[in-house]
Amino acid sequence: MLVSMNWIKEYVDLTGLDLEKLIMQFTLSTAEVEDIYFKGNDVKDVVVGEIVSFENHPESKKLHILKVDGGDRLYDCVCGAPNACLGAKVAFVKAGGRVPGGEITKCKVAGYTSEGMCCSEAELGISDENSGIMILDASLKNGTDLKEIFDIDDVVFEVDNKSLTNRPDLWGHYGIAREFSALTKRPLKPLSLGEIDYKGDRKIDVEIKRTDLVYRYSCLEISSIRENVSPMNMRIRLYYCGMRGINLLADLTNYIMLELGQPMHAFDATKIENIKVGTPESELTFKTLDDIERKIDKDTLLIYNNDEPVAIAGIMGGLDSEIVDGTNSVVLESANFDGVSVRKSSSKLGLRTDASMRYEKILDPEITVVAIKRFVKLLTEIDENAKISSLLSDEYTNQYDEIKLSFNKSYVDRYTGIEISNETILETLESLGFGVELENDEFKVTVPSWRATKDVTIKADIIEEITRIYGYDNFEITTTKSPLYPVRDSNLKSDKERIFDMLVQRYRLNEVHSYIWCDGIKYKKLGIDIEKNVTILNIPTPENGTLRNSMIPSLLTFAYENRQFAPSFGIFEAGRVVDGVKEDGTCNEKRHLGIVLFDKTLSEKDLYFKAVEIVKYIADELRHTSVAFTRIAPKHNWQHPKNTSHISIDNKVIGEIATLHPSNLSKIDKHASVVAVEIDLDAFAETEKKALEFKEPSKFPGVSYDLSLVPNGKKYSEIEEAWKSENIAELEGVKLVDTYMLDKELSITVRLSFSSNEKTLSMEEIQSYIDKIIENLTGMGVTMRI
Amino acid sequence: MSKAEEIKKLFEEKINSITASEAVEELRIEFLGKKGLVSGLMSELKNVPNEEKKEFGRLVNVLKQEIESAIAQKKEELIKKEEEAIINSAEQYDESLPYEINMGSYHPITLVQRDLERIFASMGFAIEDYSEIVDDYHCFEALNIPKHHPARDMQDTYYLSTENQLLKTHTSAAQNAIMKKYGAPLRAVFPGRCFRNESTDACHENTFFQMEGIMIDKDISISNLIYFMKTMLSEVFQKDINVRLRPGFFPFVEPGFELDIECLICGGEGCPSCKNSGWLELCPCGMIHPNVLKHGGIDPEEYTGFAFGLGLTRLAMMKYGIKDIRVFNSGSLKALSQFKNE
Repeated sequence: MLVSMNWIKEYVDLTGLDLEKLIMQFTLSTAEVEDIYFKGNDVKDVVVGEIVSFENHPESKKLHILKVDGGDRLYDCVCGAPNACLGAKVAFVKAGGRVPGGEITKCKVAGYTSEGMCCSEAELGISDENSGIMILDASLKNGTDLKEIFDIDDVVFEVDNKSLTNRPDLWGHYGIAREFSALTKRPLKPLSLGEIDYKGDRKIDVEIKRTDLVYRYSCLEISSIRENVSPMNMRIRLYYCGMRGINLLADLTNYIMLELGQPMHAFDATKIENIKVGTPESELTFKTLDDIERKIDKDTLLIYNNDEPVAIAGIMGGLDSEIVDGTNSVVLESANFDGVSVRKSSSKLGLRTDASMRYEKILDPEITVVAIKRFVKLLTEIDENAKISSLLSDEYTNQYDEIKLSFNKSYVDRYTGIEISNETILETLESLGFGVELENDEFKVTVPSWRATKDVTIKADIIEEITRIYGYDNFEITTTKSPLYPVRDSNLKSDKERIFDMLVQRYRLNEVHSYIWCDGIKYKKLGIDIEKNVTILNIPTPENGTLRNSMIPSLLTFAYENRQFAPSFGIFEAGRVVDGVKEDGTCNEKRHLGIVLFDKTLSEKDLYFKAVEIVKYIADELRHTSVAFTRIAPKHNWQHPKNTSHISIDNKVIGEIATLHPSNLSKIDKHASVVAVEIDLDAFAETEKKALEFKEPSKFPGVSYDLSLVPNGKKYSEIEEAWKSENIAELEGVKLVDTYMLDKELSITVRLSFSSNEKTLSMEEIQSYIDKIIENLTGMGVTMRI
Repeated sequence: MSKAEEIKKLFEEKINSITASEAVEELRIEFLGKKGLVSGLMSELKNVPNEEKKEFGRLVNVLKQEIESAIAQKKEELIKKEEEAIINSAEQYDESLPYEINMGSYHPITLVQRDLERIFASMGFAIEDYSEIVDDYHCFEALNIPKHHPARDMQDTYYLSTENQLLKTHTSAAQNAIMKKYGAPLRAVFPGRCFRNESTDACHENTFFQMEGIMIDKDISISNLIYFMKTMLSEVFQKDINVRLRPGFFPFVEPGFELDIECLICGGEGCPSCKNSGWLELCPCGMIHPNVLKHGGIDPEEYTGFAFGLGLTRLAMMKYGIKDIRVFNSGSLKALSQFKNE
């Protein structure tokens, strides 16, 4: 919203104060000021000039050669304005003077000397009127500076509308003036209002059908209006505040809205016999005054005349009852509609107007009649013929509830942490319009109507009023007195951090972030199915509407997109997945870690074992424990039918590891190997950390024995039972030495190490163990290679 | 010429012709080995007349010593030569060759988040994790945002197909649960990912990170809030930070503030980054609204508290000079692999 300081000064005497500093204070105490404009700074040496000689240019149909009396002397001027004529008093910029478009210099125009320019209102930057030059009152003295006649100089500032959402009272200059009054401790002048002195019995019948949506409806008829154009100063003010001048009646409704924040609507009185406010029984179309046919639904509040809609309540009037230049009688509406209803209708219609924006904020219902009286005052000042031609109709359907709050000084002290005196509290609240009673340290406060609609309802709200005017910059700042308590990380948080460090620092992986939903287009490209899951109802791109149930697919799309980044890389992300819904119907949200390794230099098998190592490393480092892998049938279409396994610790499944289905792999990169690991961090957090067990290394030399064997399809975890089942105390460890293909058969070599804490072992001493182990192996179908 | 002299002569001829250190060993064996020439000479001692035996023995020993020392000297000489040859032919390594070291990387959000968590933990704040999917009550109602409140439009929300659930629009959604979990007094921060239904461009993302903090105790005041924010932000930016509060409207705080910090780039002089104001709007904060405390099971007559929300994504952008917010969720390793632990 744009605020004119000239307007503010009408209500608060700011003489002697630095306006810019004051506006800065407004930012700190009330609402954020986004910009300050110094209007008129770029207007200089513009005077009343009289055209005393007027000749046509010999070679141009448009141009005229003028002599202009600028008060001090005659000026030559070449002018192309269609309304220039002999004897007219015009706005004249002398050479060396300025208008917002730039400096005016003495120059030749079409062969003739020009020592100045006759200018339009638009050229002066005081309105958008640009059809011709400004013709001034004939009584004005030549050479008078235009700034002495019109309020061209002004300081205008722009407030961020969003910071006014909770302050309906600040949507008009009078409310803002009240803030400046409180900030400067200078009095706020009262509004000058007109009298409704009509003595007849005409009254516009007002019927409210939806009392839930209409709080108050006031209206008045005014007739015999002759003036059509608003005074220049009023038009400048409207223009500086971002509105176009239209005609006197329209301008006045806008002026009142900008002054009091109360939107008004003026109907052509010849079109209005009675007023009914309600919602339509069925959908209809209605032409608003911007000449657009609009669809109106059954929830939209309308104003009717004789059951015909004439306006959309609080949003925009209809074309048929619009006031036009010749209108001489109006029915003036000043009403208070339900903010939520106006907001909903306005967003359904896609029509947000200055009026609807204000109604959304929930306006003060007490002000509707004040606004009408102010309108009467301004109109009759401008047009003495205008006459009130009806009694005031005022349907106050929902009286506002007066809010009274009580608190004491210690409540304020506790909230502020500083000392603010009772006098300061009292003075501040009174300057903002609150009624205050103070007895000992007890305050009883009545909230003014313009703050009571939603803004100030509890005593904590009063704290804000006191402190913001006191000024946060004036606060002494102090630390708290609360005791400290030790803070401990959750298992999951410390697991996550340590896993991240291992993945980044040891395995050199890169952390990424992806969206919580499945990216339909990217998944499709890689042939990844979007599985049935919870969806987002209102996502603008429906192909992305399904929530992910695994971290891996989005990581695979990243692997694909980064396939040129390096021949070998790994990425990971810890995030949320939704594993369907729980019994109570809510999302089964889980915290997962996804890892995807991509490699063009390693075989899939080598890469797979790298991934296995990562998993084993994490388990060993964080839990001093080992992990087991159990082959499972693939759960997702991208998992390899043969190489997909559960990862578990102590028989508890904590994740999955898989290579890719060739169909998806080939779409990522034909020449790369890809392996995916997903760990359920919640499940992992619950696994037990094993104690570290120190075993004194034997001082005696040990013996080792290599066994080469053909597993014949047996997994190593089955084979190792051959020695584990024997519980050989001297068997210190078993290491994998080699795996190799011989005669198309997979063979492995393991080295069994034996040692004793009591003596040096000899080969003979362990031979019996070896014999037993070989017997076990043979028994389970494993062939020995000799 | 005696036999010893013959051997000596032969030895001298042979040793002079040797060029490789391995051959010295062969020569040693030939002369000094068990079956070598000197041993052979020694075995002739039995044929020497008794009175000459002593002298013969001495001569053989002298010969043995001469050969031994000649061999040692020769060996040392040759090894030295060979080492010189190795050095001369050695390659000088060029460390400036651009071998890639292939570092891992953390996501910039992780780095900023860890940094903040460290600071908050040092100030006694518990660090809490909260779900990304929440219900209407936690996201709005418990935060004093009633139905039809414009804030619900303001934060265009992703609603889910499950009953009454949505993707959380702000980390404040965790306030209620954390208050209920710990009660008062309470200090906690809760980082988290938030979602808003809006279209993305260089400055807007529908998925971003925030970190919210609350501190509740008896007599927590606005004065404490300013002190705390100033101390905390000075730690974050590693320099003394000036802050100012402006009124700001958020339904879950009263009074509510926008906190500005003196522009980090110009130091308050005014520059394009701060739109010449000298201040940067950094984080919303305020005194927790009594209704929010009540919803959290904390008596607002007994306790007060403050809350603040930091935009982690925004802080990361400021810290690393990231201009396009879309980088965060792009998965682009060209961009993301640059972020290292500090």
